[in-house]
Amino acid sequence: MERPLTHNIVPGKPPLSLAEYEKSGGYQAARKALTSMSPKEITEMVKASNLRGRGGAGFPTAQKWSFVPMGADAPQPKYLVVNADEMEPGAFKDRLLLEGDPHQLIEGVMISAFAIESEIAYIFLRKTYTLAARRILTAIAEAYEKGYLGKNIFGSGVNLSLHLHESAGRYICGEETALLNALEGKRAVPRNKPPFPPVVGLWGKPTVTNNVETICNIPHIIANGAAWFRALSRVPDGGTKIYGVSGKVQRPGAWELPLGTTIREIIEEHAGGMKEGLQLRAVLPGGASTDLLTADHLDVKMDFNSMQAADSRLGTGTMVAIDDRTCIVGLVLNIMRFFAQESCGWCTPCREGLPWAAKLLAAIEEGHGLPEDIERLELLTRLLSPGHTFCALAPGAMEPLQSALKYFEDDFHRHIKERRCPWK
Amino acid sequence: MLTFEEKKEIEALLPNYPTRQAAGIDALVILQRHRGWISDETLGQAAEFLRMTPAELDSVATFYNLIFRKPVGRHVILVCDSVSCWVMGGDTILDYLKSHLGIGFGETTPDGRFTLLPHVCLGACDKAPVMMIDDDLHVELDPETSPDRIDQLLSLYP
Repeated sequence: MERPLTHNIVPGKPPLSLAEYEKSGGYQAARKALTSMSPKEITEMVKASNLRGRGGAGFPTAQKWSFVPMGADAPQPKYLVVNADEMEPGAFKDRLLLEGDPHQLIEGVMISAFAIESEIAYIFLRKTYTLAARRILTAIAEAYEKGYLGKNIFGSGVNLSLHLHESAGRYICGEETALLNALEGKRAVPRNKPPFPPVVGLWGKPTVTNNVETICNIPHIIANGAAWFRALSRVPDGGTKIYGVSGKVQRPGAWELPLGTTIREIIEEHAGGMKEGLQLRAVLPGGASTDLLTADHLDVKMDFNSMQAADSRLGTGTMVAIDDRTCIVGLVLNIMRFFAQESCGWCTPCREGLPWAAKLLAAIEEGHGLPEDIERLELLTRLLSPGHTFCALAPGAMEPLQSALKYFEDDFHRHIKERRCPWK
Repeated sequence: MLTFEEKKEIEALLPNYPTRQAAGIDALVILQRHRGWISDETLGQAAEFLRMTPAELDSVATFYNLIFRKPVGRHVILVCDSVSCWVMGGDTILDYLKSHLGIGFGETTPDGRFTLLPHVCLGACDKAPVMMIDDDLHVELDPETSPDRIDQLLSLYP
């Protein structure tokens, strides 16, 4: 089984230096792209690969790039931003790539920036990824030294400067337009859309924002072709996926597997199943903002379309396995408190609605919930659904809640009836 | 007044951006590293250097979890309170730290050594429960055996 994204990564070992990365075939794809391909050819190849964004929303990468105005009349400068603000609770996949193979990311940035004719790129990194920051800075310095960043790269006439921006810790910065405000040094609230960032982005210029894992796929597509990339996957969308499992399983961790691997295979084969004496009761499949699934969904494939058909989302692909001794109400309360805290406060439904949801859940969990509180929570899942808020944060927060009410409503009733948490 | 060293570090990052304002977060992080926290006085100095109003820069400073607008201890403990750590018994770690240090969240020990802050998911969920002390990540804090392990870790930060 091929695992292009992680083949250079050995747990516990430092990442490859530039020289070692080149020895393992690195920077050949960037050389090929910058010296023998046009931006259009690169975008076409990525389009044919069926690569969809790995940040959570799953937007087709080449399509995002294709919105950027191109040619001599296009506004300049244009920007490429790598979203490395991994702050989704339960997600730890980008850390693996950032710490494990920073040159792969830089090579992906080189090709992606060239594909949209951008000469300035930023890596937007969360502040607590301190080891990643050190390794990325070292790798960037090596790349400048070698002439792979800077002016006239590979003698191609292509220029690129790449900067690491360390954020200061706020979940909303992972939202594309909030991230742009953050980079501009403004309060990081989301922006109105349209205009969309590929047309009007950073400092009003065309800007593409791609997730770390998305960008890391680009060199492999260029090196091996679109058909190869599609064949890595078990579904029509191309590539591998870094899946992760946390929770009370035998071997928590992250693995690069074909896109479309089932939840069962990931939990049972790779994570070794649940710990002794515990039963799997629910799965939070792709981070805190995805709908819960149950033990009845183990044969669902973890890809964009299959997860959507199961009324959830692939999200980040890093799941939390929830055992039968963990209280679902307590779990959703933990998640709701996170979202209430991280709401940027810009729009009223989110700022007021999330703390209200957290308060209702706390009442139920602590044994003084009322039967009508369940209706109130259901009302909130509708009032904070897509279309009612300025960005996707609150609708994301409603996903675990609405699915908990759907699959585990009895748990809520038991809390209210017994006036305590039955799991404590 | 910003010191020569502080100015030099901020100025080194200015070429990364087309505006001075964009270096605001970097400037706050740099000043916090030198001074421990961002006082009103520091904020004013930074704003002047960036040619912003103090209110503009404060709207940025107060937005982030890791820009400290109040004094903190010599070491800042960030304990993950998000979902994976919670499932793995992270509350035990939070409770132990509170009682062991004798402080609540957001408080600093009387000797000025530690500030205790709950923090959003630290992105090491497969090694939960986890915490950071300053720039160092500490993983697999087993709630059963954690007291000894945590005491030992804390002793590394005088």
